[in-house]
Amino acid sequence: MATPAAVHTDHAHAPAGGKYFVPEPSAWPFVLTFALVICIIAGWGYLEEHSLGPVPAYGGAALAIYIIFRWVRGVCLESEGGLYNTQVGMTYRMGMAWFIFSEVMFFAAFFGALWYAREMSIPWLSGEGAKLSTHTNLWPGFENTWPTNGPAQLGGKFETVGAWGLPFINTVLLLTSGFTLEAAHHALKENHRKVCIAWMWVTVALGCLFLYFQVTEYVHAFHELNLTMHSGVYGSTFFMLTGFHGFHVTLGTLMLAIIAVRLMLGHFKPDSHFGFEGVAWYWHFVDVVWIGLFIFVYVA
Amino acid sequence: MAHTDHTTHLHDDHAHHGPEKGIMRWIKTTNHKDLGTLYLVFAFTMFFIGGLMSLVIRAELFHPGLQFVHPEFFNSMTTLHALVMIFGGVMPAFTGLANWMVPMQIGCSDLALPRINNWGFWILPFAFALLLSTLFMPSGGPAGGWTMYPPLVLQMGEGFPFLIFAVHLMGISSITGAINVAVTILNMRAPGMTLLKMPLFCWTWLITAYLLIATMPVLAGAVTMLLTDRYFGTSFFTASGGGDPVLFQHVFWFFGHPEVYILILPAFGVVSTIIPTFARKTLFGYDSMVYATASIAFLSFIVWAHHMFTVGMPLAGELFFMFSTMLIAVPTGVKVFNWVATMWRGSMTFETPMLFAVAFVFLFTIGGFSGLMLAMAPVDFQYHDTYFVVAHFHYVLVPGAVFSILAGVYYWIPKWTGRMYSEFWGKTHFWLSAVFINITFFPQHFLGLAGMQRRVPDYAVQFTDFNEISTIGAFGFFVSQFIFIFNMLRCMSKSGVPATDRVWEGAHGLEWTVPSPAPYHTFEVPPYVGDDETSNLHDTAKAH
Ligand SMILES: [Cu+2]
Repeated sequence: MATPAAVHTDHAHAPAGGKYFVPEPSAWPFVLTFALVICIIAGWGYLEEHSLGPVPAYGGAALAIYIIFRWVRGVCLESEGGLYNTQVGMTYRMGMAWFIFSEVMFFAAFFGALWYAREMSIPWLSGEGAKLSTHTNLWPGFENTWPTNGPAQLGGKFETVGAWGLPFINTVLLLTSGFTLEAAHHALKENHRKVCIAWMWVTVALGCLFLYFQVTEYVHAFHELNLTMHSGVYGSTFFMLTGFHGFHVTLGTLMLAIIAVRLMLGHFKPDSHFGFEGVAWYWHFVDVVWIGLFIFVYVA
Repeated sequence: MAHTDHTTHLHDDHAHHGPEKGIMRWIKTTNHKDLGTLYLVFAFTMFFIGGLMSLVIRAELFHPGLQFVHPEFFNSMTTLHALVMIFGGVMPAFTGLANWMVPMQIGCSDLALPRINNWGFWILPFAFALLLSTLFMPSGGPAGGWTMYPPLVLQMGEGFPFLIFAVHLMGISSITGAINVAVTILNMRAPGMTLLKMPLFCWTWLITAYLLIATMPVLAGAVTMLLTDRYFGTSFFTASGGGDPVLFQHVFWFFGHPEVYILILPAFGVVSTIIPTFARKTLFGYDSMVYATASIAFLSFIVWAHHMFTVGMPLAGELFFMFSTMLIAVPTGVKVFNWVATMWRGSMTFETPMLFAVAFVFLFTIGGFSGLMLAMAPVDFQYHDTYFVVAHFHYVLVPGAVFSILAGVYYWIPKWTGRMYSEFWGKTHFWLSAVFINITFFPQHFLGLAGMQRRVPDYAVQFTDFNEISTIGAFGFFVSQFIFIFNMLRCMSKSGVPATDRVWEGAHGLEWTVPSPAPYHTFEVPPYVGDDETSNLHDTAKAH
């Protein structure tokens, strides 16, 4: 056992706020992996039409959600319990930044596919460049247009969702939610907790409204426009890009709601609230992706 | 002040106990050393499984005609051999080395996110269980090649979702591991450990982490498109719907080429650490090593279509990707030059890690040169999908990446276990490996140049002689690796000669200032970074 003096000298090298927090051994990650694998097996049964019953799907999902809840709660309690020094805060900041970068690259793959379809494969199928043989031998009548469901008109005739209806409203909603979130952040820094909580719930409401309109738009596309995932490469890129974005908005809204509840429970301080900021970064990322979507999927 | 003191006291703190007992220690551990060990044990298990698959391939190719297995099974062997070796062997082995060494080299208590670290590891056994389970399904495992090109891969049997989800899981594991290493290096360095004083293994891993975080999500996107194309009616890769199978190749190789550097940059770091130790000289051109690594990482994003020269790209594309690929030879040449210059007039000794490191420099460079040949688009039209390509990437991956992993384990295992391995058996292992690996892969250059196709279980009779030689080499190499396993088990069972703290007289770096074996929690309080410990990297530090 070290003498207090020795401990003191050693701490001369340590960053402000004492030792870096190293957690106890934990079974959460292992159980989470297990739950995910159960979900995957359930997904396999669904895709390959092997009836596995409802237990794996619901059981796996419930276990995963429970563990994620436990894990997040544990981190919140550690944070509120004062176990994290400023260096741990920096770890979370950097980790979140790298994570968002990885998400950006995930969307980049789908934006890349959209760009490739419009600038490469469709022109080539229509006979541009050196790809004449496909054009002359397979689909001589196909012309370079967008939107398109390809030379075989997969999925039949369809119409697209106009940019200036619901998508424009959704753009306004999401941009506004970025500002309301910053208003909440500002209020938190000024220690106006009630104002902050109010702005948070406004942000959550805007997120929910966005999702509601998105679902309305999908229903409209399915039933009235005959626009589905089967509608060739237009339907593929449209639904995969907006679908993954919608999934991220759902996650973001959930996380915003959790932050709002934590604020009501008295969590976070005006000068230390990484959980808040991390979720805010995530929300702004989702916002920026939507602007890309609005321009490249709906308008252009 | 004795640096070792930091680590031995301070355990009055209630927050840290030793490890738990039994299997739960390994399931619940958040300790970077435990997880490093798990990663390495897992990686070598996968090397064994992937090695068995390669033996099936080589046995089948011993003679022309069909010998032992069905062509379909042969194809799933080539496919799974690659997936297992890349995602199950080399990548986890480097993550294991990073787990062990990064905190000890930069002077911090653990990786930045220990629970995420545990998650990243435990995903892997599950992912590979899913992937390998497809072999036991009636419709068989994936057999369209590890590159998973559509439309062929979409014809896989009912195991297809397991292939896709296993790749997703491996991606999650890689990204969490990479975020952990990147954040640890950027945020947890001991005071005085500035970025340009960092050991090169940390530098190369930092840049590898960047590549992983940038490209694994792209692979996830690509396989997600495969999944929706097969089950949800999308037509990303279907020409009749306006898509293009070639699109998959672009997205895949946008991931795939940086992946090549993910597999080799940490190897550069290991070799750059070992050579100065046994040459007893400062690393030649530390800064240029860092900049060369960064340049390689940048260039790796703009060369991907050199895997697709024969797919029918526009001429401008062929030219761009040909020249950008050749550019990578410049920073790579800088590195090889620096390694040779470090050894130049050094007081060299050839302990096992050094033997593997020197062999790396020599044999990796052979792989680099054959890569340069493949980079020439007009020439690649002849080489594409032949055994020349197989010889090329096995030269950079086996005597390249794998030799560096072996070198790293020999170099650091005395620090990990507190025991020296047997130098005699280490050297025996090295010479058998070095000889057999060349017997295996050198003849494949000739086979490829003469036109033998890869991924085919049969071949024309004139290729028989070289194939027989290659198969003998493969079996010899596989058997030789058991020497390594027993040598390491001997250290782990504490029956070797006890190792000193410094282990190698020429070694510098924070990891050598702590006892051997390194205590369970190493630097709970950041250590003092003396000039002595960076003198492998900077001449100026030697002035004391
Ligand atoms: Cu490449």
